[in-house]
Amino acid sequence: MFEAIAFYLFSAVTIAMFTIVVMSKNALYSMSALAAGMIMISGFFFLLDADFLGVVQIIVYTGAVMALYAFGMMFFDTTREVKENIRAPKLVFLLSGMTALLLVIAFVAPIVSDHIEALYPMTEGVQNPQAVGIVLFTKYLVPFEVAAVMLLVAMVAGIILAGKKMDESLTLKVDEEFQEKGAQ
Amino acid sequence: MITLSHYLILSALLFSIGLVGVYRRKNLLMLLFSTEILLNAVNVGFAAISKFYGDLTGQMFAFFIVAVAASEVAVGLGLMIVWYKRRGTLDIDSMQSMHG
Repeated sequence: MFEAIAFYLFSAVTIAMFTIVVMSKNALYSMSALAAGMIMISGFFFLLDADFLGVVQIIVYTGAVMALYAFGMMFFDTTREVKENIRAPKLVFLLSGMTALLLVIAFVAPIVSDHIEALYPMTEGVQNPQAVGIVLFTKYLVPFEVAAVMLLVAMVAGIILAGKKMDESLTLKVDEEFQEKGAQ
Repeated sequence: MITLSHYLILSALLFSIGLVGVYRRKNLLMLLFSTEILLNAVNVGFAAISKFYGDLTGQMFAFFIVAVAASEVAVGLGLMIVWYKRRGTLDIDSMQSMHG
């Protein structure tokens, strides 16, 4: 009963928030709605007994990713409304609906035909974070390490891209000046 | 009673909202927001399958997707900052340098 109420509440709020993200003309509203939607998504994870994933969702998305977006938006003029020239708006909805339907059919077909077997069944009497740890550090150790290296690469790339020539204004110069500087 | 189909339908709905964003948006920042929605919709589906089939693989996949999303945002925002410093706009139409 409570599960049903929570599910419908969460799904209504999530869909509303994500619709605001997609439709809003103001970047700031979009970002706030996205953060709210992320929190609601973590609610689904708690409903699905994926406690660890729910906590990771809150920490990584609303903590790190949203803070990163907020920092990034300091560089952009966010008070101005986003101008977009959209051609054929109805076609967009039709195309995206069709694509989503196609993808869902493609991915649900093997599930419907019931060929799924549990590769790593959940252990009895073990809490979710513990079970996740057991599987992550035994079966998925190599992908875990690869993900760690990927995050390191992303961090270095972010620092290099955003922090390079921070002391000079890049907007007041023309491209030629940069090329001259690069040639020196 | 909430079944697996409920979650899969919700996941598909969220995914199509994200797709509408990807098709519709012409601003790079908004496009990045839409991709976040896509990744999250898939995560919900993975977690639901993981629960209803009693398998942890789905949660593992969702976990790695979160890691990929985080690094994507870091690199994407860096590139966007460089582009904005150069051109003063984030419009996708400003990126075509060849007018064919």
